[in-house]
Amino acid sequence: MKEAVHIGRNPASQPDPQELLGAVALGDQEAFAGLYDIVAGPVLGVVRAVLRDRAQSEEVTQEVLVEVWRSAPRYRPERGSAVNWVLTMAHQRAVDRVRSVQAAAAREHRAALLDHAPEYDEVIEQVEARLEREQVRRCLRTLTELQRQAVELAYYRGLTYRQVAEALAVPLGTVKTRLRDGLIRLRDCLGVSA
Amino acid sequence: MITSDLHTLSGAYALHALEDDERAAFERHLADCEACAREVGEFTATAARLGLAVSVRPAPGGRDQVLRRIAEVRQATPDRAPWDRSERRARRAWWASRWMLAACLAATAALGGTTVWQYQRAEDARAEAGRSQRASAELSAVLAAPDARSRTVRLADGAEGTVVVSASRDRAVFLAAGMAEPPGGKVYQLWFDEHGVMRDAGLMDPRRTSQAVVLRGAVDGASAMGITVEPAGCSKEPTSQPVALLPFPT
Repeated sequence: MKEAVHIGRNPASQPDPQELLGAVALGDQEAFAGLYDIVAGPVLGVVRAVLRDRAQSEEVTQEVLVEVWRSAPRYRPERGSAVNWVLTMAHQRAVDRVRSVQAAAAREHRAALLDHAPEYDEVIEQVEARLEREQVRRCLRTLTELQRQAVELAYYRGLTYRQVAEALAVPLGTVKTRLRDGLIRLRDCLGVSA
Repeated sequence: MITSDLHTLSGAYALHALEDDERAAFERHLADCEACAREVGEFTATAARLGLAVSVRPAPGGRDQVLRRIAEVRQATPDRAPWDRSERRARRAWWASRWMLAACLAATAALGGTTVWQYQRAEDARAEAGRSQRASAELSAVLAAPDARSRTVRLADGAEGTVVVSASRDRAVFLAAGMAEPPGGKVYQLWFDEHGVMRDAGLMDPRRTSQAVVLRGAVDGASAMGITVEPAGCSKEPTSQPVALLPFPT
């Protein structure tokens, strides 16, 4: 089957991120450049989904990539793929950034979140607009409405589950279980193994 | 929070949707729940797929900037221990100890609040890389000193402790082999024994059961060193009987 890959490169000529990260861990800057080409787009995508602001997202993306270089020697393949590792770091960093901003004006922000909650549609649009994202889109559709909204608000908007509960006006316990159930469904649908 | 409650937090945890106190509680739970750890691993991989789905093209200038920046950044030292449950536990304790160590060294900065803590984790890791560089230089200097003298003793549970003292450098190094992990929430603290008075000499790294540590501070008039199990804070004086007391070689 001829199909565009995630990051729009020819898979045959694309080096394995796992191998690249292994070389990066040994201080290979050329390998890092190769890894950059593979992960920079997804990292920026994750960070921008959470932060929204393009300039700030580019800045955090750079921080994440420098951190990838710095902590590459600590990466262990048995804990997950290289791309998984990088994107987890990217999401954490973006969420940290968002929350540090929030801490400055927690109350106002909470009110603002409620106002802005419907904006997550924009993210769905990004997801749905891309042909090669077909699988994720299809799998998101297998979730119940509440599961999907909860997962998307938490992941793409970087909300805590308390904020998700507020935004969706549902009890905390419900959000907890919906997040988990939603991820179980997504995991199974995407055929993910740890 | 009861355990079944904690278990359902796996989804929120993998999506970084927990607040700090809950994340800490869940991580404690995770250390003892293999099924949860597996689930979190799968959820994290699932979340990464959500991330891949929103990939965008980065600005063209960013690549060169990052490549220039990394040329200036020293890489972290690898963690050697396997990423298993005990390491996760130890890692937690390690963060705690770094944290407490900072407090212990009378860091004047008021390190309160969750966001400071979040940021501090990254900063701590960076600082640690620098510290371990310096520590290993100091370590080799003591071990290679022409007047270095050592003494090895058996500790509990088949562990072995060696103390190396260099009078010219006025420094001591403790080498541990196969020490048991400190109990949960505790750390090993080292002391100089100066005529029965214990002087704080720093903490051991709870990540490692075998390690070499330069005792903090000068040997001065100390004639032995002690190790105690302390709450993961920094004790001004021992709060328990030493698990080991090693007389310095003469």
